[in-house]
Amino acid sequence: MKTPIRFHLNGEEVATFAESGANLLDVLRESVGDLSVKGGCWQGTCGTCTVLIDGAPRVACVTLAETCDGRAIETVAGLRRGADLHPLQTAFIDGFAAQCGYCTPGMLMAAKALLDRNPTPTREEVVDAIAGNLCRCTGYEPIIEAVLAAARSDNRRRA
Amino acid sequence: MSVQVRTFARLAEAASAISSERGARFLGGGTLLMRAVNEADPAIQTIVRTTDSNLSHIAVSSGRIELGAGATMAAILAERELAFLHPAARAVGGPAIRQAATVGGNLFAPSPYGDLATALLALDATVMLAGGFAQREVPIDEFFGRREREPSLVSAVAFKRPAAGAFRFLKVTRVHPKGISVLCIAAQLPVTSGRIAGARIAYGAMGPTPLRAKTAERALEGRALDVAGINPALAVAGEGTNPTDDAIASAWWRREILPVHLRRLLLSVGQE
Amino acid sequence: MLELRKDIFADERDDNLKEIGQPTERQDILGHVTGTSAFYDDHRFANLLHLKVLRSPHAHARIRSVDDSAAARAPGVKRIIRAADVPVNLNTLLSLIQFGKDDEPSLATDVVRYKGEPILGIVATSERASLEALAQVRVSYDPLPAVFDVEEALKPGAVSVNATYPKNTFEYYGKYDHQKLRFGDVEAGFAQADVVLEERYQMSPIEHAPTETNGSIAVPDTNGRFVVYTSTQALFFSLDTAAKINAMQSNQLHFIGGTVGGGFGGKVDTLTEPLAILAARLTGAAVRYRLSRHEEMQFGAPRGAERIYVKDGVMNDGRIVARKVRAYFDSGAYTRLSSYAAVKCAAHIPGPYTIPNVHADVYCVFTNRTPATAMRGFGVTALDFALECQMDKLATAIGMDPLEFRMLNAYRDGDMKAHRREAKNCALIECAQVAAQKANWPLREEFRRMSSRQGGTPTRAGTADRSRAPAAAAAAPSAPQRVTYEQPAAAAATRPAPAVPPRQTTPPPPAPPPPGSTHGAPRFSSVFGTRRR
Repeated sequence: MKTPIRFHLNGEEVATFAESGANLLDVLRESVGDLSVKGGCWQGTCGTCTVLIDGAPRVACVTLAETCDGRAIETVAGLRRGADLHPLQTAFIDGFAAQCGYCTPGMLMAAKALLDRNPTPTREEVVDAIAGNLCRCTGYEPIIEAVLAAARSDNRRRA
Repeated sequence: MSVQVRTFARLAEAASAISSERGARFLGGGTLLMRAVNEADPAIQTIVRTTDSNLSHIAVSSGRIELGAGATMAAILAERELAFLHPAARAVGGPAIRQAATVGGNLFAPSPYGDLATALLALDATVMLAGGFAQREVPIDEFFGRREREPSLVSAVAFKRPAAGAFRFLKVTRVHPKGISVLCIAAQLPVTSGRIAGARIAYGAMGPTPLRAKTAERALEGRALDVAGINPALAVAGEGTNPTDDAIASAWWRREILPVHLRRLLLSVGQE
Repeated sequence: MLELRKDIFADERDDNLKEIGQPTERQDILGHVTGTSAFYDDHRFANLLHLKVLRSPHAHARIRSVDDSAAARAPGVKRIIRAADVPVNLNTLLSLIQFGKDDEPSLATDVVRYKGEPILGIVATSERASLEALAQVRVSYDPLPAVFDVEEALKPGAVSVNATYPKNTFEYYGKYDHQKLRFGDVEAGFAQADVVLEERYQMSPIEHAPTETNGSIAVPDTNGRFVVYTSTQALFFSLDTAAKINAMQSNQLHFIGGTVGGGFGGKVDTLTEPLAILAARLTGAAVRYRLSRHEEMQFGAPRGAERIYVKDGVMNDGRIVARKVRAYFDSGAYTRLSSYAAVKCAAHIPGPYTIPNVHADVYCVFTNRTPATAMRGFGVTALDFALECQMDKLATAIGMDPLEFRMLNAYRDGDMKAHRREAKNCALIECAQVAAQKANWPLREEFRRMSSRQGGTPTRAGTADRSRAPAAAAAAPSAPQRVTYEQPAAAAATRPAPAVPPRQTTPPPPAPPPPGSTHGAPRFSSVFGTRRR
């Protein structure tokens, strides 16, 4: 049984037919072809598949895809600002905030959700923002530092 | 084969669908249900959901608070009037989970989940059930007693606002800042002339559902909230509990640490 | 920030460094932060099929019957893969270097030996269809007694886990049931020691829990070849293993990978590729075999549990005079790489310390647990935990500072190790000195003046191998990466050194492969017991 779903993905309108009961992660990767979203558990516990839905961070693998009809979804594929990288991406590169890279898309979206509504977070707020994202490689410290650095650089740029 | 999804505009219609079909489950935030669907759980054939916006209402009046079963943890955290409940709401998952996880979902979440449900038990909440021809209201401990045996659909919970500073919540978890409970404790500790009057203490992950520590509550009656005053309650902290071994902790460990954490909760300065 | 202590051992190095010590951008990080790094599952194919596997719910059981008739008719099912379909259904990973006997089936036949062991595979049009079909397979088991503890497994009459190694130990060189290290006389050492301390150390299996689970996609290519996108950490190793199990020539396989979403050693066991390739061959379609998170925890190989007994004899002045180690590796139900882990463990004993009497027995033991694999220094990591905890306890027992205690016993260049090799390029003393400085940990003057280059002699350890000369007698430096240097006259051996042949500047040619070897892989001296001279 296929269900039609329409939503905005990184600013572009997308329409697809999804298997009834499909989760958003599988729809994004399999039906729509956005492979920038990664899946780690399909249980909602690792945060690897974190995306933004109407600006709020959500775990795509436990989100029923058809509840996203009409919504605005953001994934890491849409993070760049044209040819320029998003300050978070630059900060992750400069700060060695990725090793295997698998948790990185989810981390970036969780961090973006924070900075979009709180451009000057404290360290504690950064830690809370990524609390739902597991990383097995970095020990988290470079990621926390990179998010703080991105906040500082973005604010300097805007000032 | 694939799971059916049925969407209803009104909660009452969704309630009938739930009670009439064996393999039907109601979609709250999806954090537990979608996991089971992803794993092809054969017990789930139909996902029932509603677009009824009433379900997520939050109504705060001077004495009474009502939370729709569809209200999310994030929505609770956005309400300054519910600041006393924030430690419990914040304890549920990380930020993305909190955007989806609902009050209703937490009421049905199996142990060791159910941190907010534990808080609601300590708040003596009433649970409003949808379905049938009339709304039914049941006290929350009765609801927990029946939730496995009778399919039901919760529309809202309601409780009296606790006295300022009287409500406390503590969660013990291995992974900080988020993780599944080793155990959690919620307590309403009303104080009159320096003495406890009518305490409510609820434990999560210490039994098949959140449960009240009634023996400990009685042992606190009329006592002061100090080191000497709480000793009798600590001595009976574990009465009535029935924890199990699971991947998070053993029953033995939960029983060992319960009085330690109850002591810390009772002696802590009241949370916001 | 990184600090290079170039003053230490400065005379041994050419320090024209342009890259080391300078930060440089990871070559893959741009892909990581844009979500464009291609992990194995970031490739899509028309009509991709999905393989999921039925797994044993028992730790040990006989399979009485398997009825997959209902499953075969389930919607979306394209093919059932049974044990009889696997061309070579018995393997051991290190058969690639002729080490060990084939002991592990890809799909269990008559017996299951650990919870999660694969029994049967179903290829279907979606993962859900495959899982629903698997739920309709009826297997009847006769549960058998199981053993989960390494020492229980070695008791007489214990449950026999592995049919190829019925006594529950791996067999080295065709006849030994453990790795052995003997140097000096530990009992004499214990008799002479002021303090004797015996402790037991152990750990549970540890799950790598990579964020990306194990998986692969096998795609039919032209001319009977298959392209395989895989999460493996070891492309050629996995290719050769998959070729053997599928009875294919290795040039029929093209493995593509290298971007691994967390390995840590847990993606070398080639868990998914062989069956994915078989499924692609049997269906003519691209097939993905992806482990769920639950499978990754249950079936994905963990770091093997270890139990280590350490008995030491120490003098009041701080010298360790005897060390006796008994170590057990829990290999789980099959060998995989644990045979090699035990060799590494034996090679590491007694730790970086000169001890005149060393005795070690290291066992690779089979139990009814998930087969173990490599993880972060496997073979050595847990042993070091045991040895270093023991070092702290010994220091406490004799009232000596734990850092000075280690420095006192540390190898120095020229010492004879328990393996009858000369210690070279030692640096534990210097590391300890720098660490103490950084931590403001006080060291006595004599320890601040200690050097790895002073005090080492072949006789310090008591049992010198007289056919080998100390470093001081070397006439000329050998190959560039091996450094020799003059020892101060005061620290020279008390006996005149025997005449020695001049050191070769090039290593001798490798020994020819033994007769009957099929791969012609070079012999690994640590594995086969030969020694370079």
